[in-house]
Order: sequence, then structure tokens, then C-alpha cells
Amino acid sequence: MTLADAELGLLPSSSPTPSDRDGTTGRARQTLRLLARRPGFILAVVYVVLVLLSAVAPRIFASGDPTQTVPKDKFLSPSLDHLFGTDELGRDLFTRMVHGSSLSIEATLISVGVAVVAGLTIGVLSGYAGGWADSLLMRFVDVLLAIPSLLLALAIVTALGFGTVNVAIAVGVGLTPGFARITRAEVLRVKTLPYVEAARSSGAGRGRILVRHVLPNSWGPVVVLAVLDFGTAILAVSSLSFLGFGAPPPQSEWGSLISAGRTYLVTSPWLTLLPGLAVGAVVYALNHIGKTFEEIQRWH
Amino acid sequence: MLQYTARRVVQAIAVLWAAYTVSFAVLYMLPSDPVSILLNQAGGTSGRPSADQIAQIQSEYGFDDPVVVQYFHHLFDAIQLDFGQSVSRGQSVTSLLTENLPPTLALTATALLFTVVIGGGLAFLATYVGWRPLRSFLHRLPAVGVSFPTFWIGLLLIQLFSFSLGWFPATGSEGISTLILPALTMSLPTAGILAQVLIRGLDDTLEQAHIATARAKGLSRLRIHLKHALKNASLPALTILGLLVGSTVTQAVVAETIFSRLGIGRLAQQAVLAQDIPLVQGIVVLAAAIFVVVNLVVDLIYPLLDPRVLPHTERRSRVRTTPTPELA
Repeated sequence: MTLADAELGLLPSSSPTPSDRDGTTGRARQTLRLLARRPGFILAVVYVVLVLLSAVAPRIFASGDPTQTVPKDKFLSPSLDHLFGTDELGRDLFTRMVHGSSLSIEATLISVGVAVVAGLTIGVLSGYAGGWADSLLMRFVDVLLAIPSLLLALAIVTALGFGTVNVAIAVGVGLTPGFARITRAEVLRVKTLPYVEAARSSGAGRGRILVRHVLPNSWGPVVVLAVLDFGTAILAVSSLSFLGFGAPPPQSEWGSLISAGRTYLVTSPWLTLLPGLAVGAVVYALNHIGKTFEEIQRWH
Repeated sequence: MLQYTARRVVQAIAVLWAAYTVSFAVLYMLPSDPVSILLNQAGGTSGRPSADQIAQIQSEYGFDDPVVVQYFHHLFDAIQLDFGQSVSRGQSVTSLLTENLPPTLALTATALLFTVVIGGGLAFLATYVGWRPLRSFLHRLPAVGVSFPTFWIGLLLIQLFSFSLGWFPATGSEGISTLILPALTMSLPTAGILAQVLIRGLDDTLEQAHIATARAKGLSRLRIHLKHALKNASLPALTILGLLVGSTVTQAVVAETIFSRLGIGRLAQQAVLAQDIPLVQGIVVLAAAIFVVVNLVVDLIYPLLDPRVLPHTERRSRVRTTPTPELA
């Protein structure tokens, strides 16, 4: 059970979209205009883009060396020189966070990737095939939902071994049921719409209908879920690495940085609180973006 | 009613069996080598294990049998509540679970109570307050609660209430005062989810015709809000609360680790670190059992609260959430 599941159950499905070209561009322009009027949304997008950029090219934001230790500068509180302060070895925490984002974002991408691919496959098969295949797949999804996702992830990590990639895969498996359900619901909805029936009666094959008509019109709620789950995955991956199943010490990742500062919580609380605040802001921004997408879909 | 109950119970048992099977498949059939994990655990020797040792472990745990035989063997034991021996602790998994369950149940119950109070209170305020800026701030607040890592919330609470203010102890599992902070840690994210669901339900309900009627009759705002709107809006929230029990159990893993409390959660963390396969499986099955039982209870209470459910047992989920679309 994740936030996204709770959210999603409540999403009213978006209204059918007209497929003629003119309507689409007009709508795109209208959507952009609506978005421009939402400063919170723009702020959220800018922040998320900056974070993604820091994962690809950390040097733009922090030119220093994340592993360089300066013993005389240890435990400095946050200042202009050291935005997030320095840790027990005098390493600049902001630089470490920026350089840690590549590993965190990579893990998150793996998780969401696993969930989207597996969830889409199950959902499309289930929704499109119907019958016994549908019931079988959906019962399987129900079972995955009955095992709390973090515990399922713990079981998978126990079997696969520790490390960031394994943690990411485990988190992805936990997110899969949500995607499977939402995709199936969308496929079921689109499948019965008049234009799909029209395509069928004019002789289009099952595969063609699926690829050309059903999939392009059912991605909306899936994208919203992907954005929301990006946040959920960040939280889950960092929780698992906090519990000690993630990257081994020399590598740093958001979750492990937050937990590393834990030892010095009494004397240097910023070592824990600032990185956590930065991570929370990413997740909040992603939630905000997802919600805005959802609202826009409801208007159309 | 009897038929409905019987069907729910059978479904619950089927889900539990399937959860056992999935956890078995994950732990025993993934491309890991349980034998070497067990040997590392049991012997702790750094050298390469001899063929004898491997054979001994294999026959001891039944790994030399075909997977299907192993599965039925384990399943048969599990039905009798025997989940085997913990590898890292040399104690039966069942006794470890029963020892550690009471503190976790107390913690989870407290956390759920906090979830209802905080989430419900926030939802009430967010929809009751008339002043627009405060209203929209309160509408956005729940999303903040679900955006932060649970362990970070825990550390923040320790820093604030244990170190700065000294109100509550930072660690330990004795007495009620040690329960407050971990329960609060676990309940803030779930309260956020509950509040979001309730706010949406309340906003929708308040626009309906029967509310306008109540207003026209001259009932007070508070009375309309509590009696007419909250009652309707809290039905979907009950389902969500049942689902949240599952995530509350997992949050116990993090909370108990931070606050060094005894309990299933901490046991789970240590079991995974030690790659103690039987213990991990026992915990996963226990968590699934708690989840299934709680949701069974929710399903059984539901028709009592919303009689519209019963005549349509087939399409139950659609009927029971008439004010809002189908819930997760």
C-alpha cells in the first residue's frame, strides 16, 4: 500500500480524448497556458529538473570533491561556503548530496522502470485478453497487494543480496501491482469506446487496435502514477538503504547520507535534517506535479 | 449475510495461502543459493565449505528434495504454525514471532489511533475553516506528511522532543512514554494519506443536495459538518484505514530500528541483515496475515454501516463508494 495506491483509487478516469490533430494542438496550447498560471507547478518542475541535472552532471552544482576530507573543518554548521555544513571528516555535505543523487536517481529509475514494464505488461494482457487469463493475473496482483510492499522488498533483498541495484529491483516489484491495476482499468475503459469498436468493425486486427488505439489513449493515468511512484520509490530506496541494505559505505546515496549523520544528531543535527529536507522537497515536488497532471486530465 | 461472510473468509484464506506461496517462491527459488547463505550463518567459517557440510545442510533443510516436495513440506508445517528454525538465532521462528508480537501490536495500535486523530482532525479543519489562505494551506498539508522519509521524521522527532525539549525518551521499549514518539513517526505519513482521502470525500459530500437541504432547514454548520457530511465521507476512509494497516506494519520496521525498540519490525531488519530465510518468511507471512485479517474485519463491518452493500455482493466495491469512485 503506497500513497499512490490510495491516491489512484480516487482518480476519476479522464474523459475520452478526441483524436483529431487540430483538437490536440489546441488542447496542448490551452494546457500550457493553464500550467503557466500555476507558479507552484513551475517551481516544482524547475526543482525536479535541477535534481535530475545534478544526477547527470554533478560538477555544475558542486565543483569540489565529495570524498575530500579536511580534518580541521569538521562539523562546521551550514554557511555560504558549506551550504549543508560539513561532516565528521570535514567533507562538504552539499557536495556529497549532489554527487549522491546519481546513485539515488539511478536506483529510482530502475524501480519505476521495473514497475512500469511489468505493470504495463500484466495490465494490458489482463485488460485486453479478459476471461480466465484476466482473473488469474488479477488474483496474482491482489496477492502482491496483500504483502506490504516494503516487506516484499525485504524478502527480495534477502534472496538477491544487498546493494543499490537489488534494492531498486525489489522496490520496483513492490510498485508493480499499482501499475497493473491502473493499466487494466484504463484498457478496459478504452476498449469499449465507440472509436475502438469502429476500428474493429472496419477490420483492424487485435494487435493493431491495441497499439494504435488502446495504448495511446490509456497512458494518462499511468503517467500520473509513474510520477507519483517516482517519489514513492525515492522514499522506499532511501528507507531500505537507511536500514543497511543499500550501497556499501564508500559510495554515498541520499538515504545513506541521512543515516550517516544520525550518530551526530545531538551535536550536529543539520547533518541529518538538511539532506532529509532536500529529499522530502523532491518527493513533494513530484507529488505536486503528479497532482497537477491529474487535475488537467480531469478538465479535458 | 451468512453467504457474504463465508465468501469473504474463504477469500481471505486463499489470499493468505497465495502470500505464503509468493514468499516461498521469492526466498527459495530466486537465483540465490540458500545453502551457502545458511552455511555462512551456521558455521561462520571463512573457508570453502566441504562437500560433506553442503550435503549435511541440504538434507537437514530438505534442499536435496525437489522444489515441489519442499514446498508442500513447508506448507504443511506452516499450516500447523511451524515456520522452521531461525538460522541466526537457533530458536524456532514461531516462538520468536510470538515473543516479539505484543510490543509491535501495541505500537501499531497506538499509531493507528494517532492516524485517525491527526488525519481526521486535519481533514475536519481543512474543510471547516472558512478563511481561504488557511483553508488552502490545510488542504496542502497532508501531502507534506507523505513526502518525507519515515526514518527522517523519526530522527526529527528525536531531535525535537528528546534532545531539545527532553519530553520523551529517545530509545527503549518500557512503558507508555517510549511509545509516543515511534507511534507518531509511523502515523504522520499514514495520517497524511487518510487526511487526503477524507478531505476529498468531505469536499464532494458538502456539495450534495442533502447538505443543502440540511442548511435550508437551519441546522448549525458544525452539526451539518459532523453529522451529515463526515458520516458519509468516512465510509471510503474506513477502507483506506484497513489498507493502511499493512503499511503501518512495515513502518514498524523503520520506527523500531530508529528507536531501538523490541518488536517484529526490528526482528525483520536483523533477519534480513543476517539473511535468515526462515525468519524473513515467517515475518512476511505474519504481516500478510495481519493485513488480511484486518481487511476481513473491515469487509465484515462494512454492510453494517452501509446496508447498500449487501444486496449487491457481486459488485460490492462499486456500490459502497457511491460518493467517490472505486477505491484502491
